[in-house]
Amino acid sequence: MKAPGRSLAGPLPGWAEVVLLPLVNIALAFIVVGVIVAIIGVDPFHALRLLVTGALGSWESIGYTLYYATNFTFTGLAVAVAFHAGLFNIGGEGQAYLGGLGCGLAILALDRWLPAWLMIPIAIAAAALFGAAWAAVPAWLQAWRGSHIVITTIMFNFVASALMVYLMVNVLIAPGSMTPQSRGFLPSGQLPAIAGLPLNLSLVLALACCAAVWVFLWHTPWGYALRTMGHNPEAAVYAGTNLRRMTMVAMCFSGALAGFVGVNELMGVHHRIVLDFQAGYGFAGIAVALMGRNHPLGVLLAALLFGALQQGGAELAFEIPSITREMVVVIQGLIILFSGALAHLPRPWLQLLFARRAP
Amino acid sequence: MQALTPAAAAIELRGIDKSFGVVHAVRGVSLRIEPGTITGIVGENGAGKSTLMSILYGLYRANSGEIWVGGRLVEMASPRDAIAHGIGMVHQHFMLIDTFTVLENLVLGAEGGALLAGGLAVARAELARLARDYGLSVDPDARVADLSVGEQQRVEILKVLFRGARILILDEPSAVLTPQETDRLFDILRTLKDRGVTVILITHKLREIMAATDRVYVMRQGQIVAERRTRDTGSEELAELMVGRKVRLDLDKVPVRQGEILLRTEHLSLIDDRGVRLLDDVGIELRAGEIVGIAGVTGNGQSELLQVLSGIRAPSGGRLTVCGHTIDTGHPGDPAQMRELGLAHVPEDRLRQGMVAAFQASETSILGYQNGPPFTRNYLLDGPAVGAHCAELMERFDVRPRSPGLRSSHFSGGNQQKLVLAREIARRPRVLLVGQPTRGVDIGAIEFIHRELVKARDAGCAVLVVSVELDEILSLADRILVMFAGRIVGEVEPGRADERTLGLMMAGAETA
Ligand SMILES: Nc1ncnc2c1ncn2[C@@H]1O[C@H](COP(=O)(O)OP(=O)(O)OP(=O)(O)O)[C@@H](O)[C@H]1O
Ligand SMILES: [Mg+2]
Repeated sequence: MKAPGRSLAGPLPGWAEVVLLPLVNIALAFIVVGVIVAIIGVDPFHALRLLVTGALGSWESIGYTLYYATNFTFTGLAVAVAFHAGLFNIGGEGQAYLGGLGCGLAILALDRWLPAWLMIPIAIAAAALFGAAWAAVPAWLQAWRGSHIVITTIMFNFVASALMVYLMVNVLIAPGSMTPQSRGFLPSGQLPAIAGLPLNLSLVLALACCAAVWVFLWHTPWGYALRTMGHNPEAAVYAGTNLRRMTMVAMCFSGALAGFVGVNELMGVHHRIVLDFQAGYGFAGIAVALMGRNHPLGVLLAALLFGALQQGGAELAFEIPSITREMVVVIQGLIILFSGALAHLPRPWLQLLFARRAP
Repeated sequence: MQALTPAAAAIELRGIDKSFGVVHAVRGVSLRIEPGTITGIVGENGAGKSTLMSILYGLYRANSGEIWVGGRLVEMASPRDAIAHGIGMVHQHFMLIDTFTVLENLVLGAEGGALLAGGLAVARAELARLARDYGLSVDPDARVADLSVGEQQRVEILKVLFRGARILILDEPSAVLTPQETDRLFDILRTLKDRGVTVILITHKLREIMAATDRVYVMRQGQIVAERRTRDTGSEELAELMVGRKVRLDLDKVPVRQGEILLRTEHLSLIDDRGVRLLDDVGIELRAGEIVGIAGVTGNGQSELLQVLSGIRAPSGGRLTVCGHTIDTGHPGDPAQMRELGLAHVPEDRLRQGMVAAFQASETSILGYQNGPPFTRNYLLDGPAVGAHCAELMERFDVRPRSPGLRSSHFSGGNQQKLVLAREIARRPRVLLVGQPTRGVDIGAIEFIHRELVKARDAGCAVLVVSVELDEILSLADRILVMFAGRIVGEVEPGRADERTLGLMMAGAETA
C-alpha cells in the first residue's frame, strides 16, 4: 500500500548542491564533447589525455593555466558582484579594456620617476579607477535615466573598443612603431613574474579579490544592503537603502574588478599597452560566475576550469590539426550550456539517488 | 475498507507525514472531507496547515502517507496531477500576470491549440458559463493590474474552476480582503458548495469558520487535535483547542496618559505621476503614550500615509514633523533617517517589504538596522551578535521554529509576520507605525501582539495603527481617525463609536 507515497525527492544536501551537481554537469558536457570529437574522427580518450596534459602536465602548462584563470577570476567576480545586486553586467569586456588603459597611462606617465613599490600600487589603483568609471556611466544611465543596464553595458563594449583603437593608432603609438602599441613599460611598471611564464603577481591580486568580495558581500553592512537590493528592491527601500547610489556602488565595484584584467595582461605580460588583450574574458566571466554560483570560491574554481580549458585547448589544437581553435570554443560553449542553461538537468536523478540511500 | 463508507470521500488523507530537515511539520495526519461541503482547517502559526495543503496539491511530497481522491488512491507528484484529479488551489499570493487581461490569464497554460484566437473564444464562452453558474462576475477584458484585490482573487478562483476543479483549496483567502470583499467571497463559496464543489478553507478568523463551514479540523504542532461539526462548536472552544489555553481578546488598558507631540503632519498631500490625489490635506497629531487607529476601507490612502510617514515616499505638499525634525518637499526624508529619529515601521505587506525571502532569519531580523552598532563594528557585520539578537526576538515573540539560520521563506506565514513585528517593536521606538498588526497571525499571537502594542504605548511610545479589522481598531485605539478618499474625514472616541456610524464615515457619507 505504500506504493504512491514512496519516500521521494527531497532537496539535495548542501555539498551535493555545490560540488556534486557542477561536477556531474561538467562530466555530461565532456561526454557530449567526446561524441563530437569521435564524429570528426579523433579518438576522444586520446584528445582528453592531450587536453589534460596540455593544461596540467608540466610546470609550464600549469603556469599558463593559472595565468588564464587569473583573468577569468577577475571577470567572473565582476559579474558575480553585479549579479548579487540584481544587475547584469555584460560590460566586463569594455571595463577590462579601460582598466588596461588606466594602468597603462599611469605607468607611461610615471614609470621614469617612481620606484616599483610605488608605481605598482598606483597603476593597480588606476586600473580599478578606469574600470569603475567605465561601469559608472551605464550605472548612472540606469539609475537616473532608466536605460537598461544590459543594453548600455553591451554598447559600452563597442565604444571602449573604438576608443582604444583610436588612442592606440593616433595618440599612444610608440614613435616609429608600425604596430599600434605603446612604448614598453620600464621595469618599475612591470609586475614580478615567474621567469619565462606569463604567470605573475596578479594571481595574488585575484586571490585577494576573492577574499575581499566574500568579506564585502557577507560581512559588511554595504554588502548586506547590496544583496537586499538584488533580492528585493522594495525591502531595500524600506530598509533605507538608496537604490540609485547602491546601483552605482555595485557597478563601480564590478567594473574595478574587471579592470584588473588589464593589470594581469599589460603589467604582467605585455609590458606595454596593446590592442585586444581583453578579448573574450569579459564575456567568459558571465559563464564563470554562472558556474561558480556567484560565490567567490565557486568563481575561483570555475576560473581554474576555464583556464585549464583555454590552455589545454590550445595544446590540443596544436597537436591534432583536425581540432581547430574553434573546436575548443565549442567545448567551452558546451560546458557553459551544461553548467548554465541545463544546470538543473541532472538534479532529479541525483535526488532520486539520495532519496533511495536515505532511510 | 471502502465498502464500509457509504459514499466515497472527496478527499481522504491517511497518515500523511512530512519533515523539513529537523522540522517535523506534519505528523501522521489523517482526515476525511465529504463532497460538496466546506471544511475549515484552523491552527496556530506553523501548525502545518499550508504544508498539508501543499502536499495535497502536489507542491510538496509527503515522506509517507496516502492521498485518496474520490475513493481512489492517487499519486500527487506535481500540481499537474492535482489538477488532473480536479483539485485546485488559490494561493495567498496571487499568481496572475498583471499586464494580461482576465481572459488571457485564464487560458495561460491551457491555451488549447496553436492558434490563440480559437482558445480564447472557447475560453470566453466558458467564462460566461462559469460566471452565470457560480455568480462570479468579472470583466474578461479588464487588465488584471486594474482590478481590486477581491476581483483578482475571483479571477484566481475562476482560473481553478476553468481547469475543471471540483475541489477548491483556499489558504487564508480573506487575509488580503476588505470586510466587504470577504462577504462577497463567502457568498461565492456558498454558491460553489450548492453547485457541488468541495471547499477546503484555511483561516485564522474564527467567525469565518463559524459562518461558512460545515466541519472544522484543528491542527496543532503538525497533528489534527480535534474535529468538530461546526454547528456543535463555537469560537471560544476552537480558540482554546488551537492554542491549548483560554484566549482573552479583550484588552484591559490603563487610561491614556498623553505626552508631547512626537509626530505631526500639516496639510500633507501626495499626488502620483498620473495626477491622482492619494493624500489630501492630511493633518494628524500623534502624542507620546497613545495609540491612534486609522480606520477606513482599503485603498483610501492608508497605505500611502504609512509610506509618507515612514519616509519611503516623499510628500508632494505640506509638512511632516517627526520628533522635532521637519520634512517637507524641500527637505525630503528617507527611511534610514526616520529610523535614526526613533521611528519604526511595520509595513502592511510585510512579506514583500519587510523581509527578504532568501535571507536567513537572522539577516531578516536586522533589516534596516544593519548600519552601526550593535550589528556593525569596525565596518564589519558581527555575525554572532546578529544571531543572538534574532534568537532573542524569536524567544520573546515565540517565533517557531527558533532557528536563526533558517531561510526566512521557510517559516510559516504567521511566524514571518511575528519576526518582522518583533524586529520593529523590540527597538523601543519613540514612534511606531504599524500596518495590519495581526494579518495572518493566529489568535494566541493576536492577543500577544495587542498586549505588546499597549505595553509600548504605556512606555511612552506614540503608536499609529492602520487596520482593516474594525474590531481591532476599536479595542486598541485611544483615538480613531477615519480616512476616506485620501482625507481624514473625522475623529471618534472608541468608547463612543459604534460600528454603524464608523461604517458610514468610512463610506464617506458622514463627517464628525
Ligand atoms: N520549505 C520549508 N523548509 C523548512 N521548513 C519549512 C518549510 N515550509 C514550512 N516549514 C516549516 O513547517 C512548519 C509548518 O509550516 P506551515 O507553513 O505549514 O504552517 P501553517 O500552519 O500554514 O502556519 P501559518 O498559520 O503561520 O501560515 C513550520 O514550522 C515551518 O517553519
Ligand atoms: Mg500558512
